[in-house]
Amino acid sequence: MRETLAVFKREFAAYFATPLAYVFIVIFLALAGAMTFFIGNFFGRGQADLEPFFAWHPWLYLFLVPAVAMRLWAEERKTGTIELLLTLPVSLAGAVIGKYLAAWVFAGVALALTFPLWITVNYLGSPDNGAIVAGYAGSFVLAGAYLAIGICVSALTRNQVIAFVVSCAACFLFAVSGTPVVLNFFSGWAPILLVDTVASFSFMTHFQAITRGVIDARDAVFFGSLIALCLYANVVIVEWKKGG
Amino acid sequence: MIEIENLGKRFGAIQAVDGITLKVAKGEVLGFLGPNGAGKSTTMKMIACFLAPSAGTARVCGFDVVDHPIEVKRRLGYLPEGAPAYPDMTPLGFLKFCAELRGFSGADRMKRIARAAELTQLSGVLQQPIDTLSKGFKRRVGLAQALLHDPAVLILDEPTDGLDPNQKHDVRNLIRAMAPEKAIVISTHILEEVDAVCARAVIIANGRLVADGTPAEFEARSRHHNAVSLVLPAAHAASVATAIRAQAQVAAVEQVDAGGGQARLTALPKKGQDIAATLRDMIADKNWPVTEFHIERGRMDEVFRAITTGANGHA
Repeated sequence: MRETLAVFKREFAAYFATPLAYVFIVIFLALAGAMTFFIGNFFGRGQADLEPFFAWHPWLYLFLVPAVAMRLWAEERKTGTIELLLTLPVSLAGAVIGKYLAAWVFAGVALALTFPLWITVNYLGSPDNGAIVAGYAGSFVLAGAYLAIGICVSALTRNQVIAFVVSCAACFLFAVSGTPVVLNFFSGWAPILLVDTVASFSFMTHFQAITRGVIDARDAVFFGSLIALCLYANVVIVEWKKGG
Repeated sequence: MIEIENLGKRFGAIQAVDGITLKVAKGEVLGFLGPNGAGKSTTMKMIACFLAPSAGTARVCGFDVVDHPIEVKRRLGYLPEGAPAYPDMTPLGFLKFCAELRGFSGADRMKRIARAAELTQLSGVLQQPIDTLSKGFKRRVGLAQALLHDPAVLILDEPTDGLDPNQKHDVRNLIRAMAPEKAIVISTHILEEVDAVCARAVIIANGRLVADGTPAEFEARSRHHNAVSLVLPAAHAASVATAIRAQAQVAAVEQVDAGGGQARLTALPKKGQDIAATLRDMIADKNWPVTEFHIERGRMDEVFRAITTGANGHA
C-alpha cells in the first residue's frame, strides 16, 4: 500500500516534471471547448446542459489518453529503470496500480479543469446538475478504461510512439465496437451471440448510458471489470517482457 | 549470506546461465569476472529478483528469491548495469522516492539520504536533474540508491564503469570500508579492480562457473607468476640472457627494448620453481650492471584469457 502510494506520487509528479502535463491540459481544454462550442453548437441549441460537451469526449480521449498512458512502461523499459523499480521492495501489482492511478488522477485533473463550463451553464440557465455530475463521472470512467488499455499496450514495447499508435487503434475498436465499422466484419458469418457480445463492448453505448444521467450497475460493472482485466493483463505482460 | 544453488536461466534457445553454484559469506567481497555475454549480469539480475530463474534457486539472508522476493529485496542493495535512474528527477527526488519505497519517512529518511549522498560524494549535485549529470555522477546516484537502507547484501553490476581514476579509487575505498559488515558481489571487466577490492573472484564463461579463487591464486596460475624481470644495458642483454637460460629452473627468457639503450629481460620459471634467489646470486657473482630487479606476481589478464577461451573450447 505504502509502496503503491510512493509509485503513485512519483508517476504523478513525473507528468509535471516535463512539459507533457501542461501541453496535455491546454490542448485538452482547447479541444474540449472548441468541440462544445463550434461542432456541438452549445449556444445555438438554446438548452442549458452539457450534452454537447460530453458527447465528444470518447473521440477526444481516443488520441489524448493514449498520449498519457504511452510512457508508463515503455519509458521504464527504454531507460532501464524498470530493473531498478522492480528490484525495490514493491510488488509488480503494486507498481502497476500506482502507475495506473497516477495517470487516471492526472486525466481527472484535466477533466476537472473544465469546471468553467459547468459554471457557465449554471449562469445561463438552470441545468440538471445531477445529469452533469453523472456526465463527469461517466467521462472520468471512460478515461480510466482508455488508460487501462493504454498502460497494457505500453508494457508491450519500449517505443512510446508504437505504444501510442497501437493504443489509439485498440481504443478506437472499443469505442466503435457497437457500430457497423466493427459489426459488419462479424455479421454474416459469426453467430449472433458473438456479434452481440462484440457490440456490448462498445464504450460509446455504455458511456452514453451514463451521461444520460442513468448510472446503471451493468455499465459500472462493464467498465470496472474491463479496467481490472487490463491491469491484470498488464502485470502478466510486464512479467513476461522483463527478460527481453 | 548469499547462497546460489545450481542457478540457471534460459532465454529461448540461449542458455544464458547454466548451473552456477556459489556461496558468499559476510565480510567477503566477491568479484564476478567474465567476457561480455558470459552471464554475469543475468546471474545478478536473478539474485536481485528481477529475473526469475529457469532452474535452481538463490537465497539471500536465508530468503529464497523465488518464494520471498520482497524479503530479499528489502535486504539487498542492487546497482543494475548502467546505473539506470529517472532522468527527469533530481538525485534528491530520486533518493527520496527509493527511500519511501523502502519504508523510510520523515527525519530518518533525510538522514539516510544525507548519509548515502555523503558516502558517494553527491552532496553538490543533489538538486540538478539526473539527465544533466555526468556519467560518473549518474553511476554514483545508482550507488547511493543501493546504500540507502544499509543493506546486508550488495550486488553491484560494474560499479566503477565510467568513473575517472580518482572516482574509481573512491568507490573502491568505499567498497573496502563496507566489506566487513556485508556480503558484496561486484562484476567488472577491470582485472586490477579484482586485485584492489575482492577477497575472492569467480570467472564465468558461457554461463558456467569456470574458476573460483583468491586473486593471488589466480595470479599463481600465470606463466609470469614469480617471473623475474631485469633491466640492464642492451649491450649486455644477449650474454646475460644466454647465461640465465642455461639455468635448470628457468623455462624461458623474453627480451624487450626498455628504451634509452636499456633492455628488459624477463625470466619465466618452470612450474613451481623459485628463480629469484638464483638470479640474485648470479648478478652478484658476475657483476652484471642490472639497474632494476623485479619479481612479478603473475598476470591476471593472462589467466583470464587462458580460462575463458579455454571454456570456449579453443585451448
